[in-house]
This record gives sequence, structure tokens and C-alpha cells, in this order.
Amino acid sequence: MAAGDAGAGSDLTRLSAAEIAALVASGDVSAVEVTRAHLDRIVAVDPDVHAFLHVAGIGALASAEGVDRKRAAGEPLGPLAGVPLALKDVMTTADMPTTCGSKILEGWRPPYDATVTRRLRDAGVVILGKTNMDEFAMGSSTENSAYGPSHNPWDLTRIPGGSSGGSSAAVAAYEAPLAIGTDTGGSVRQPAAVCGIVGMKPTYGGSSRYGLVAFASSLDTPGPLARTVLDAALLHEVMSGHDPCDSTSVDAPVPPVVAAARQADVSGLRVGVVTEFSGGGSQTGVQARFTEAVELLESLGAKVVEVSCPHFTYALPAYYLIAPSECSSNLARFDAMRYGLRVGDDGTRSADEVMSLTREAGFGPEVKRRIMLGTYALSSGYYDAYYGKAQQVRTLITQDFEAAFEQVDVLVSPTTPTTAFPIGERVDDPMAMYLADLFTIPSDLAGNAALSVPCGLAPEDGLPVGLQIMAPALADDRAYRVGAAVEAALEQRWGGPLLAQAKELREHGGESR
Amino acid sequence: MTDLAQLVPYDEALSRYEPVIGLETHVELGTTTKMFCGCPTTFGLEPNSAVCPVCLGLPGSLPVANRAAIEYTIRIGLALNCSIATWCRFARKNYFYPDMPKDFQISQYDEPLCTDGWLDVEVDGGTFRVGIERVHLEEDTGKSLHMGGATGRIHGAEYSLVDYNRAGIPLVEVVTKPVTGTGARAPDVARAYVTELRDLLRSLGVSDVRMEEGSLRCDVNTSLAPHGAAEWGTRTETKNVNSLRSVERAVRFEIERQAAVLDAGQKVVQETRHFHEDNGSTTAGRSKEEAQDYRYFPEPDLVPVAPDRDWVEQIRAGLGELPAARRARLQADWGLSGLEMTQLQNAGALELIGATVAAGASAADARKWWMGELARHANATGAELAELPITPAQVSRVSALVKAGTINDKLARQVLDGVLAGEGDPDAVVAVRGLAIVSDDAALTEAVDAAIAANPDVAAKIRDGKTAAVGALVGAVMKATRGRADANRARELILERLG
Repeated sequence: MAAGDAGAGSDLTRLSAAEIAALVASGDVSAVEVTRAHLDRIVAVDPDVHAFLHVAGIGALASAEGVDRKRAAGEPLGPLAGVPLALKDVMTTADMPTTCGSKILEGWRPPYDATVTRRLRDAGVVILGKTNMDEFAMGSSTENSAYGPSHNPWDLTRIPGGSSGGSSAAVAAYEAPLAIGTDTGGSVRQPAAVCGIVGMKPTYGGSSRYGLVAFASSLDTPGPLARTVLDAALLHEVMSGHDPCDSTSVDAPVPPVVAAARQADVSGLRVGVVTEFSGGGSQTGVQARFTEAVELLESLGAKVVEVSCPHFTYALPAYYLIAPSECSSNLARFDAMRYGLRVGDDGTRSADEVMSLTREAGFGPEVKRRIMLGTYALSSGYYDAYYGKAQQVRTLITQDFEAAFEQVDVLVSPTTPTTAFPIGERVDDPMAMYLADLFTIPSDLAGNAALSVPCGLAPEDGLPVGLQIMAPALADDRAYRVGAAVEAALEQRWGGPLLAQAKELREHGGESR
Repeated sequence: MTDLAQLVPYDEALSRYEPVIGLETHVELGTTTKMFCGCPTTFGLEPNSAVCPVCLGLPGSLPVANRAAIEYTIRIGLALNCSIATWCRFARKNYFYPDMPKDFQISQYDEPLCTDGWLDVEVDGGTFRVGIERVHLEEDTGKSLHMGGATGRIHGAEYSLVDYNRAGIPLVEVVTKPVTGTGARAPDVARAYVTELRDLLRSLGVSDVRMEEGSLRCDVNTSLAPHGAAEWGTRTETKNVNSLRSVERAVRFEIERQAAVLDAGQKVVQETRHFHEDNGSTTAGRSKEEAQDYRYFPEPDLVPVAPDRDWVEQIRAGLGELPAARRARLQADWGLSGLEMTQLQNAGALELIGATVAAGASAADARKWWMGELARHANATGAELAELPITPAQVSRVSALVKAGTINDKLARQVLDGVLAGEGDPDAVVAVRGLAIVSDDAALTEAVDAAIAANPDVAAKIRDGKTAAVGALVGAVMKATRGRADANRARELILERLG
């Protein structure tokens, strides 16, 4: 079915967040209409995409009504008021369950909103529901979700990336123009790349972690997903800023990301190609599109140089010690005592036994694997060799970035070495799965900003490829400036957004309406 | 398990072995709010009423360090002559327990806020310097209540309840260096140290230091080695020793027990031990082999603590008069010897006497009552002086009544008994028990006449000029008036009659 055939509702789902916000602000379209259109789209395509774990139709319509009322009363509206959004199920919501894709939190209703959740509500953003994810954000495909995988709208037999795969799938399937993801090792950028959309990992601490159920505290960063660079920047600005409830939150103004996205100009900018990530490690089509993107930047007036970051090759092993170590401690609290799943509490068992039985039944294999890895890495006698050494590598990677950013304004690489792989292909091979984050992990370890924008389709499989633009910490705007320039030039070349090249999804129940 | 019969008598143990002790003291800080959230720290609230997502460790919640708690810790560190870290981090101590909401405790590990200080304590009129290894800041756990069993302990309980009000209350741990060279005074040094630390903490205004409410808790390490040995012996750690007297008893018991183990040619097991208030013994808990690996690592949810030097100096300047200086001043004011002062302090009487003096009594009187009658009462009931149900103001009033001649010292003891028995203020006790001295001649004359009539032989001797015998008649008068007679007036009246 073509996009236009399903009526006016479908048209609204094709608009960008910026366009929707303008229509709502001018009163040409009500927030309720926009919300209803997206809820209809979810009903129509989500049975196949499975982006959502929970859809909050009534709540979404109520907040949309609130926006419409404010507009009618002449009250000022935020830049994204009335725009629907899909929220990763790792952010707490007082009016919706928060499961983190895990059985152990099935049905848990937090008594509080995450700071990001609250900021979205305050801005009049309409939260449609909670999106699927790899359990506790551990994975690159959503196959580790206890509630089944999400599907890539470009090819439903393939993964939508992960861990924020529900969010990327929802945006790529026009179920929402905006989504929130969280990036710990690439969990926003990699799903954005394989779904052909935009995803940003802000500077660590740029967006609050309060209410983000922790996987790895020193890495977790909430970030925006959208179909355009400007939309991502608009969401970035609304969700970010200092939060006194998060000690690691940066107490500085949000970088001027929206202005940068509008500037979309790279003339005179120095762009570094990371030697270690531009070699033969990637799929042929990924490499080809990346090379083209670099040439494009040069043609737009950027000065391109090659920069070596010798320690980036150690990022993956360092990450797989640091992240599991933190997760082994962060996930200890799921012990059946206060909330969530409880197994074996029949009056004959001790608290210890109930804890063990619950964790055995409640966690999936990847989560258990990482808890065990991390527990081992932190053990007395092994700490220095594993966790301690990994932290030293982390420092070296940060120093590589610092040295590189003395020579160039931004660094670029492919976002992920391959396009979306078939569901099931890597489930039995954790190492192959981990490699999906090879290029994204350095920025998580160093805490700097990194953006993924679509840069074309790999010729061999016709699937999207992402360009990663890495900027120094607190210079998030620089990534948007470059990303927007690339987006504008490529869309001109393509005659429209990359996503327009995706096959339309079948709409369930669409014919009968 | 320890058979109480298998202890080596204390003096004998010390004749063969040299003890080394160490103390770890946990102090709940008296900040208004908890360590990492805004919940109140008030004691005794309805269970689980002072909780929020942060101190319940709910998924997604994050800690934010309490600046006041950091300031209090620095205050303690400065008062203990420690160095204050220019940069340090919190660490996670990982272990599973239902009363720990996150199943890890935010504590400090290898980067404590304060290190390397000392505290001088008074023992037997002399000064003993106890080295301070570290002072660090952490969060308290919740409190488990084991229901349905006879003992209130987990064994035999039908179920357990957890109160998380205490979870997240700031807790400071003060750890001594190994204390050597105490010889037989080890238990006294241990007690004097905790006493001095408690007084110091109270004077700093950082804690209400109530041992009975658990706001001050002690773990006592003890080891023994033969005299002249090159290395220290294996230590045991006696947990949760929660009164001054128990600290002393725990050290003494471990010395007697470990001496027996060593005498038998066995090895002391490195283990934690539980102290039993009822008989002063300790029993084995967890051994080192079963010890947990806490997998400490720097707490990634918190930023490092880097106290500004100006701030530290500002805190130092605001410490005020510390107990040692205050003691020196009081000793001079009260005209006491060093030994007398130490006795007061060890008895926990210093503050009480100070308050009694402040309420109007002379220092000598205040000291006489607290170290005499009241100390005897405390010993007899196994209580600390400060725990007696009598206030310095009441003691001062008793002293005033004696001075005014309303009662004498002997009656005063009865008044104190009455106050301790809950009969009310001293004046009420005097009135209800009818303890006021009778110096009124009409009332006394009756008793004097009765005494003379009842003791004709004695009366005859006095008439014969043997006035030394008058004491027997005065005694009879005192007996008849149950001690209330003004003895001097009684003597005068007897001599008038028989003179």
C-alpha cells in the first residue's frame, strides 16, 4: 500500500517533527489529530515491526489534548509541543510500565518519572508508549529482549539494531517522528544506522541519567533518534541540560545544536578519518558509502585528513570489561525483595534462595553472561588485571581523542561495520554480535559526542549505511553541523530522504478502515 | 565455641602474652537529610515512611552526595588530627542482603576522606596516643526485623521485615591503627578511646552518639602474641559491641580466650565474633575462609570529592573547644589532679558534672554525688552514669537542699534513691518521703526525752560528767527520727537536760 492511500492520518506520520510542531503551533493541525494518526499507524504496522512493548493511547491523547488546550488559551508552546515520541522502555514513567525488556521487571510501574521523561512532558511532547530493547540495553539487535525481537522496517527478517532497536524501528516505520534511545556502546547510533535514520549520542552527562535504569553508569547516555538531523537536534535540546539529581550531569549550557543543524555548513572544517576504522574491517558496501561520504565532505569544502587513534582497537575489549563490571553491580538490586519478579517464595525458602531462583528465572542469557563477566573482572585478585587495566585503556582512548581533536574538528568513520544482519544470525555468537559496536564504543568510553546519519544503501543488500561523526565533549553542535550538511547534500543527490527508498510496510486492518 | 571454663585468668594471660587491639567505630551523622537523598534522618519514625526512590535503590534512581555529611566527616578528621584528602572517591561494596536496597553499599575503599591522625586518651592519669588509620564516609543499611522466633535473631524466625528508614543515613567509620604497648591496660585503653571519641563527636555536633539507639557502634579487633614475639598474633573482630562497658569486657574476654587457645598449642582463627551482653562472652561468626569478596570499585554514579583547601581551613577554624582542651580547663577550674580527672572521664561523668556545676552546684559537691552514690547505683544496675534516670539539674538541687540544711548527706542519698526510683524531683521526694531535717525543738525534745527514758544507764553516765556517752543517745534520737533529726541540736538538748 502506498503512503498516501490510507488517508490524511498517514500523511501526518510522514512529516518531520519540526513540521508537525509548526502545524500544531499554527493551529492547522491539532496535536490530537497528530497523535491519533500515529496511534493508527502503530496499530497498522506494529504487529509486524514490534517496536513497542507498551502503547499508551489514552495517556498520549490526553497529553495531546493538553497541548491543544494550551494553544487555544494562547499559552506559549515549546518547540516540540504536540509531537509524538516513542520512549525506550529503560526510562522510568510513572504512568506506564518500565520493563527494560526483561522478565525480571515485567509489569513494574515505577513511582516516578525519569528526568528525561519529565522534560519531554513539560515540553508538550506526546509520549506514545515504550519501545522494545535488548534486555537491560545489552545487545545490538533487540534479540535479547524477553518480549521478542523488533524488526527492521527495511526488511522485516532483519534486526533493527540495538539495544534501542524498538526506538529506531518505530521512527523508521513512521510510528513516531521522534524516539529516545540510550547509548552505552553504540545503542543509539548503531540502530539508527541500520534503520537509515539519525541517532545521536550526546556528550556523557549532557542528558540526565536520573530514571534511566542503569546498565553501565559511566557510559549510559540518553540520546535522540529522528528521521532528520534538525529533528534530532530539536529533541536533543529539549531533553538535555543540567540535572541536580544526576551528579554526573554536566553543569553547562546545552551546546547550540539546533542552530548548528540549521547552519549545515562544513566549509573550512577539518575532518579526520580514523585510520584504524577505515581499513578492511567493514562490509564492502559500507566501506564504499563511507568513502563516498568523505569525498562529499571534501567537495563541500571540508579539509579531510587521516588521523590515527592507535588505541581505538583496544576499545572493544576494554568496554567488555568495564560495562559488564558496572552492570554486575547495577543489576544486583533485582533481588525479588522490593519489586519485580519473585520466584520460589513459598514459605520454605530463605531470602538468599529466593534471590537466586528469581535471578535465574528473570534474567536472560546475555545479561547473565555479562553479570558473570563483570563479577569475575571485579574479583579480588583479578581487579588490576581486568577492570584496572581496562580503565587504563579507557584513559589512552580519551587521550587519542584529545590528540586527534587538536588536529581536526570532527572525526568520521562508518557507524557500524555491517548493514542490518538477519534475525537469528548472530544469536549464538556473542563475539560476532559485539563487533557491531566496534566503531561506536570509543566515544562511549571517552564520553564525547557522536552522531550517526544515513549515507546511502550498501549495493550488495540494499540496506542503509550510517556515517558516524564524532565531536569533542561538549561540542555536540559540531557533529550536528556536519551531519546536517551531509544530509542536505545527499538528499539532493537522492532526490529525497533515504528512508523514502524503503519498501512500504503492509498495514494491518488498513483495507477495512 | 568457647567454653567459659577454658579461659585463662586475665593477669595470667597478660603475664605470657602481649595484646594488640584495634577499633572500628561507626557513627551515624546527625545531618538533617540522608547521605544521598533528601529523606529525613529522624529516629523512630513509622517503618518505611522516610524513604524515596533513591534510598530504596529503585531502578533508575541516582545518588547525590550530601555536602553537610562531607563537612561533618572533615570536621571529625580535623579533630582527629588527620590529613584531609584533596581528591577522593566513593566506592561500591558489593554483597547481597535484603536490608541493602541496591545490594551494594556506597562506601569508601582505598581513597578515604581523612587519613593518618591520632587521638590522645586518658588512662590511669596518663595520656595514651591512639593512632587513627582513616575516617571515611558511607551509607547505612536498612534494618531487618526477624519475626516469630524466640530470640529476635534470624535463626528460628518465621519471617523477616525490613525497615528502610535507616537505609542511606550517613555513616562515618573511624578506624584506629593497631594499638600496641598497652599491656594489661588494653581493655582500659579501648574503653577510654571510645569514650574520648564519643565525647569528641558530641562536642563537634556531628552526631547525637547514642550507643543505645545504634548511632555509635563498635567493632573490636584483638590479637595476642607471646611477649617478645617478632610478629603480632592472628586477630579476631568482635562485631557490634555497643556500650563502653562492653568494649572493655569484649577485649578482656578475647584476651582470656585467645590465651587459652594459644596455651593449648592451637591457632587463633581469623574470624568475626559476636559479643554477648548477658555474660560478656564472644562466639564465633564468619571465618575468613567464608569471607565475602566485596568487589570494591569506584562508584560511577558519583563524582569525586575534592574538598577545597579554603573550605577545609574554614571548617578547622570552626571546630571550637575540643574535649581535651575543655578537660584541661575544667581540671584547673575544679582544682583536680590528672588522675581524678581521668576517673571522671572514664566513668563518663565529665559532662554530667559540668552540667551539674552549670546548674548551680559546687564542683566538689557535683563530683561527690556523681562519683559516689550515683556511680555505686550505676555499677549495681550495670548502667552507664548517663543512662541513670536523673538529670544534672536534679543532682544540683539535691546539693542545694543539703547546703540549705533542709537535708543532710545521709538524707540526700535517700532523696537520690527516690529520684532514681521515679518518685519525681528532689523536692517532691523530700516532701513525699518526709525527709526534711527536724531541727524544731518541740519535735526534737520529745525524741530526746524518749531516748533518755529508754536509756537510763547512759543518762546516768552523762549526769556523772561522762559526756562522751552522749553519742549513744544522739544515735537513739536519730534512729527514732529515721535520720531526720538535726544531730547537733539533739546533742545540745540532751546535754541541757542532763547537764
